[in-house]
Amino acid sequence: MDFRLTEDQEALRRGMRDLLTARFDASVLHRTAAGTGAATDAGTRTDAGTRTRVDADAGPGDAASGGGGLLRGSGPGGAAALDRALWRELGAAGVFSLRIPEDSGGAGLGLPEAVLLFEEAGAALLPGPLAASHLAAGLVPGAADGTAIVTAVDLVERGPVEHLDSAETVLVLGDTVGTTAPEALAAEPVRSLDPLSPLHRVRQPPDAGGGPLGAGGRPEPLEADPAVLRRRAALLTAAQQLGSAGRTLALAVGHARRREQFGQPIGAFQAVKHLCAEMLVRSETARSMVYAAAVTEDYGDIRAAKLLADDAAVQNARDCLQVHGGMGFTWEAEVHLHVKRAWLRAGQWVTAVTAEEELATVL
Amino acid sequence: MLLLPVLLLPVLLFRSPGGRLPLFRFRFPGGRLMDLAYSAEEEDFRARLRAWLAEVLPKLPPRPDPLDWPARRAHDMSWQRALYDAGYAGLHWPAEAGGRGATPTQHLIFLEETEAAGAPYVGAGFVGLLHAGPTIAAEGTPEQCERWLPPILRGEQVWCQGFSEPDAGSDLAALRTRAVRDGDDYVVTGAKIWTSHAEVADWCELLVRTDPGAPRHRGITWLAMPMDAPGITVRPLRTLAGSTEFAEVFLDEVRVPVRNRVGAENDGWRVTMVTLSYERGTAFVGEVVACRRTLRLLARRARENGRWDDPAVRRELGRLNAVFTALWRLTQWNVSEAEHSLRRGGTSVPGLGGSVFKLRYSHARQELYEAAAQVLGPQALDLDEEWTRGRLSSLSYTIAAGTSQIQRNIVAERILGLPKGR
Repeated sequence: MDFRLTEDQEALRRGMRDLLTARFDASVLHRTAAGTGAATDAGTRTDAGTRTRVDADAGPGDAASGGGGLLRGSGPGGAAALDRALWRELGAAGVFSLRIPEDSGGAGLGLPEAVLLFEEAGAALLPGPLAASHLAAGLVPGAADGTAIVTAVDLVERGPVEHLDSAETVLVLGDTVGTTAPEALAAEPVRSLDPLSPLHRVRQPPDAGGGPLGAGGRPEPLEADPAVLRRRAALLTAAQQLGSAGRTLALAVGHARRREQFGQPIGAFQAVKHLCAEMLVRSETARSMVYAAAVTEDYGDIRAAKLLADDAAVQNARDCLQVHGGMGFTWEAEVHLHVKRAWLRAGQWVTAVTAEEELATVL
Repeated sequence: MLLLPVLLLPVLLFRSPGGRLPLFRFRFPGGRLMDLAYSAEEEDFRARLRAWLAEVLPKLPPRPDPLDWPARRAHDMSWQRALYDAGYAGLHWPAEAGGRGATPTQHLIFLEETEAAGAPYVGAGFVGLLHAGPTIAAEGTPEQCERWLPPILRGEQVWCQGFSEPDAGSDLAALRTRAVRDGDDYVVTGAKIWTSHAEVADWCELLVRTDPGAPRHRGITWLAMPMDAPGITVRPLRTLAGSTEFAEVFLDEVRVPVRNRVGAENDGWRVTMVTLSYERGTAFVGEVVACRRTLRLLARRARENGRWDDPAVRRELGRLNAVFTALWRLTQWNVSEAEHSLRRGGTSVPGLGGSVFKLRYSHARQELYEAAAQVLGPQALDLDEEWTRGRLSSLSYTIAAGTSQIQRNIVAERILGLPKGR
């Protein structure tokens, strides 16, 4: 047994982090959410992923380093379109093709490595249907290299569909797996809670036998096991939640060190200190579970990983907001984006009710 | 153990801002990374241990009455002797100290298998095997090692711990029990508290103040005090669970020979802390295994008595399943970290993992027994229910071995780097 990250995996993680720092750092995130304007006290991304001291002392991110935001333009319901150039860069970097065998043009790596990349994406709050596109690689043309954006609809959980207007293809997961064109989906836009994640609500089919495509529509069938895809989607979503939980911990610690009240950093007060300590406990417990689930790919492990990572992301974001005080409640701090994304991801794939019920059943 | 040759490091290229983005390129060796599987040697160790347990456990006498301390001592010591005869005594001790020098992973397997098989816990051997013994092995003279270590391994002598005092709990360095040099003896006067097994112990690992004028941490000395020395009064403390798990120990001019001192005079704080390097992340392995079994039994009971129909009860059991599965994975992670550190010649404690684990586990154990009360319903008031007693015992977990508040301070200051409070 050697349940540690290998040097290769650490290098992979650093590569993803560097890519995101160059293309989607805190200042870009900020500008994207704000629409216009420069970053304020957004902090820099820190070593949230490693089990070493969290160094959040660094100052605000370099607002000049970023390119454009990932979201461009405006669609129905005030939704914004994803930045295709960045999506293709993610594809070229291997984010989607990571697990495709080397002789088929991928990197030939496994879920543990994919989880590390998705953790970094979650820390940066990179928007987009990342899990769906990653799972579509090799199944849907263009998904692997990022030339096609693929989103997904789960007919079992019936959660909202993200980035429908940016997508070329929709994966449809029911008893079988299929694809459909976005415009064929019977869906209506939602004024999304998460400003970076446009959402559509799938309308209930007119009758029990009907599909999500409205009258007469049928998805194009794909050779894939819907249970396996759901499981992996849940794991990759858990990884993003884990990344967010680590990031909000680093933001809270950084703020608690810098912000002074009553003549000392607020981090010197035990009331604040203990909030931060519990954030670390949550994220480290979730981390062990997410990494182990990536190795075993056991469904029980994945359910546990999703449940704990959702809890870590949501609770850490809320505690981070609390540590930031009034500023945490503003649009200007990064915190609200983590709260909103964490709520969104918690409602995707395996929700808490499903995870807990299923984990009880196997006892 | 999977060791990756350095030559197989990946060639990783990444984009410089403004440049073209090349692919990640990797060359990984075959086999799993982040390996959760056990090696052939480890599985062989497990198989031999399991076979031995299957042979000896049926012949073991029943567990004694928990209030009968002499009987508990005899039971625990005969189990230790059986471990010694089979070559499992001092598994995690270094070979020089008479131990087996097992890897942290082997120790994890040992604790997992013995708990799963229902073998006796270390019991009265706890302080000798897990604290006093390793301290003597690391800091004692060859004569001291020869005198004290073999009887611990053979299950012949019981040790207790005299560290905490009525006015020195979380703030251990505030301890005031005085030791004054008189010829070849120290004359010790003071009071100790929370001393487990004091009534049946042969020896006490004792922290005393030898230099009241020195800074707090620099005036402390580590002594081995024979428990039959004149001047020692043991007063058992009754816990809220009704048992007598620990005692107060009053010391009135107790004479302890200077040759019983381990380490230098006034160096006792460091001597005590050195033992922490024996912690390999395995401290709670047996307990997590036991909690996971309890959880399965709770689910079975709930299905039988109808509480399963309540979705709140069901979901809480499901949630706890996730938490204890995660705690098992965190244990494996910590053990892997410790093993890696040892392989590189270090002895460092998995500090982050240890405090994080202790914090989450102690609360999870309390949540488990709250869920048990939900499953039991009105029977949660019946002390003949094992889980009712377990619920009472669980209340100590957020206090013993460092309160949750102290653990959070440690995590916040030493791991997160937050400033110390004024």
